Amino acid sequence: MDNTILSMKGITKEFPGVKALSNVSLNVRRGEIHAICGENGAGKSTLMKVLSGVHPIGTYEGQIIFEDQLCEFKGIRESERAGIVIIHQELALIPELSIVENLFLGNEGARHGVIDWLAATARANELLARVGLSENPNTKIKNISIGRQQLVEIAKALAKSVKLLILDEPTAALNDADSTHLLNLLDGLRHKGITSIMISHKLNEIEQISDSITILRDGRSIETLNVKADGINEDRIIKGMVGRDLNHRFPPHEPSVGEMLVEIKDWSVLHPADSNRYVVHGANLNIRRGEIVGLAGLMGAGRTELARSVFGQSYGRKTSGELFKDGKALNLKNVAQAIDAGLAYVTEDRKSLGLNLHDSIRVSITAASLKKIRRNGMVDENLETVAANKYRKDLKIKTPSVEEGVSSLSGGNQQKVVLAKWMFTGPDLLILDEPTRGIDVGAKYEIYEIINRLADSGRAVLFISSELPELLGMCDRIYTLSEGVITAEVPREQADQEILMRYMTQGKKQRKAAQR
Amino acid sequence: MSQQTSEPEAPASFVAQARRAMGGNVRQYGMIFALLMLVALFQILTDGLFLEPRNVTSLLVQNGYVLILAIGMVMVIIAGHIDLSVGSVAAFVGATVAISMQRFDIPWPLAIVLGLVVGVIVGAWQGFWVAYVGIPAFIVTLAGMLLFRGLDLMMLNASSVAVPDGYQVIANGFIPDMGPNTGYHNPTLLLAILLIVLLVVLELRKRSELRKHEMALPPVSVSILKLVLISAGVLSFGLLLASYKGVPVVGLILGALVAIYTFVTRKTVFGRHIYSVGGNSGAARLSGVNTKRIDFMVMVNMGLLAGVAGMVFTAYLNASNPKDGVNFELDAIAAVFIGGAAVAGGIGTVSGSMVGGLVMGVLNLGLANLSVDSNFIQIIKGMVLLLAVAFDVRSKIQGRPSFIGMMMSGMNRAPSKPPAVEPAGAEA
Repeated sequence: MDNTILSMKGITKEFPGVKALSNVSLNVRRGEIHAICGENGAGKSTLMKVLSGVHPIGTYEGQIIFEDQLCEFKGIRESERAGIVIIHQELALIPELSIVENLFLGNEGARHGVIDWLAATARANELLARVGLSENPNTKIKNISIGRQQLVEIAKALAKSVKLLILDEPTAALNDADSTHLLNLLDGLRHKGITSIMISHKLNEIEQISDSITILRDGRSIETLNVKADGINEDRIIKGMVGRDLNHRFPPHEPSVGEMLVEIKDWSVLHPADSNRYVVHGANLNIRRGEIVGLAGLMGAGRTELARSVFGQSYGRKTSGELFKDGKALNLKNVAQAIDAGLAYVTEDRKSLGLNLHDSIRVSITAASLKKIRRNGMVDENLETVAANKYRKDLKIKTPSVEEGVSSLSGGNQQKVVLAKWMFTGPDLLILDEPTRGIDVGAKYEIYEIINRLADSGRAVLFISSELPELLGMCDRIYTLSEGVITAEVPREQADQEILMRYMTQGKKQRKAAQR
Repeated sequence: MSQQTSEPEAPASFVAQARRAMGGNVRQYGMIFALLMLVALFQILTDGLFLEPRNVTSLLVQNGYVLILAIGMVMVIIAGHIDLSVGSVAAFVGATVAISMQRFDIPWPLAIVLGLVVGVIVGAWQGFWVAYVGIPAFIVTLAGMLLFRGLDLMMLNASSVAVPDGYQVIANGFIPDMGPNTGYHNPTLLLAILLIVLLVVLELRKRSELRKHEMALPPVSVSILKLVLISAGVLSFGLLLASYKGVPVVGLILGALVAIYTFVTRKTVFGRHIYSVGGNSGAARLSGVNTKRIDFMVMVNMGLLAGVAGMVFTAYLNASNPKDGVNFELDAIAAVFIGGAAVAGGIGTVSGSMVGGLVMGVLNLGLANLSVDSNFIQIIKGMVLLLAVAFDVRSKIQGRPSFIGMMMSGMNRAPSKPPAVEPAGAEA
């Protein structure tokens, strides 16, 4: 047991309405790189937040034993003092400060509150050399690339004399060269006795660098694989990530697919802040009436970006692409036009983009179609109440009254309100972006039924989800998206999770190879 | 489970039903209650001087311009902005109008139109920077505060410009008395009675609409109680004014503006959009709201109302002076926040802001009646603002709805339950 540096036992973490982690165990050996794999929402980030004290002791059940000590972290400072440092997916560097200032932020080593910047700079040079970064420590963070910022983060961890380094999707935003450099660096740290835990979607990297892999699925730890001993490859990892019982999780549905409704041709979108980066490139897809079409892709693949760009160009800058509805070309310049044209987009980010949490249910449901309840320039609150009550009944929104604030509802019921809001606009095409995220299983089933009903009423549904079983259970056809490019179109009969996952993780190189 | 969603029809006591009709939460009426207590306190401390008809009339005349500014300010603040320039803009418009009448002999009704136009132009200027260039309103209106103060000083050249008598009516005038000698001011009594009739008609219409849509009606007794209470308030206030010179013209202007803007914010699509932009602009944009246009329009509207306030103030002082309007923005902003608006936007009501403004006005007048040192009055006002907002913030942290914010809008609405606390990262 001396070989084990970290042991997490029986970790259970609940959020209101959702059990994010359920009796998870994790054992990490000293000096290894331990990968944690799982689909989006499997609980990886939550587990790491429990470990690093972001979720303090008392908010979860279970035990954390680090270096033979029982740990009860009340906050991130305590975990850092123990030698556990987490590097989040979104980097926690301050762009306007210099490298050296960032390196020692919160760890200034000041004497009587006064920082010796000369000594700090000298130490910064040392740390930067250790991570292989040749950069003037006085350079501002905003002036160096993301890849280099990532290295600064690691140097910052080293400055805190880290024993266990946690990296959440470290290479997600990096190009190939930077990724390689980072992975080499992690390898070097391993030889110096620093243990790392790495969360990543890039299975090839995991296969290449990690010693062990723990797979999480639906908030449970499924298995821990020893890469070298077990001869692990990507397919084996995918199988662990996705294999689960699919029976009875989805309402039965007999699709009645009608005429072509929407065609999207050669759609390309640039990142709003980076005019060299395509977030969607040359996407072609179509959806028929009565059809539920899935859009699968990992985080950052460009699913939301594509959807929002189609929805009245509410994201990024479109450089090419045509949208046809019922055979007629549409040129939608803003969201209002998109709504008028019969499009609806249910956001993945319910709280910050879907609802105004100050509003009542009644006001939320009509927010996107006030025109329909306007009489003589006034909002007719009676018509509004009638409409809201209709959806309350139809969608079984659990509330004593439509006058209740949406903030008082559970996630599932909030999502029903958002769906009601978009159903009330009378759309032909509904784009549903992660419609069941953060919702418990029972409410998910109800949402699935609503989606089926929408399709049966002759509407077209574009269903975006990170949960592959959900797509397989609900969709008639599935497109896969990887790095902004549609990599495949798979009919339901031919689709399974392994196939989808392969297309979703297909990188540029593989695509080029496949084309040749 | 679907049974749970039907309207709970359990027989409730009269008190419970009355409470529900009042918004279900008597505490929401706290600021009105505080205002009444304050009035009662001053009435006792001043040996009955405070509620003398003359004193009440001057309360309206002296605070009219701040209340007018607060109407525009609450809309700006609901939309998530702030306007620091209203004092300077009011002074600038006041000076423009005064000079147009004195130097260019423009008749005063036309000068008022000019003032309104200038106000709109100023508002459009600031709205352009806020909405279409994307500069925070704090900065735009800080610049505007300097800019329009400078223009005001330049035009007046350190001297006062008197305004004609006809124009002074808009602040200091009263409706002429007419009809038989009743010992009261007849038109004012008539207005009060008309207002009561209007309230009764509106309540009856609301009930018939509810019946038409087959929605739950509040019990008749509750409706009657509500009407009796409000009518008693209107009537006693009307009698008070009628036993002096009647309702002042500025009171009429203010009353009309409050009615119009309450209607705009509560009943129109534009009003809804203001709340949605301030509450969550991202969600509003994705719901097809033209958020830039809303930002622009609230600033234009603020310019218009700053113009009205500026003209009322010059009429009140009988002249336009270089230092007019200094610190008006602070009074207006204080009124809005005492009235329950949220600093982050999305929450606030016109009526709440009026109550907030009156709390400040009553404090000013009552303490002055008591001959309290004016420096000390400032300290008291500062503490009242701080405590009122602190109370509001505390009750929001505890998950209750904003205590004053929903006060008036909550008239026919049930209160919200505390929101389910979901920590960030719940979906990670």
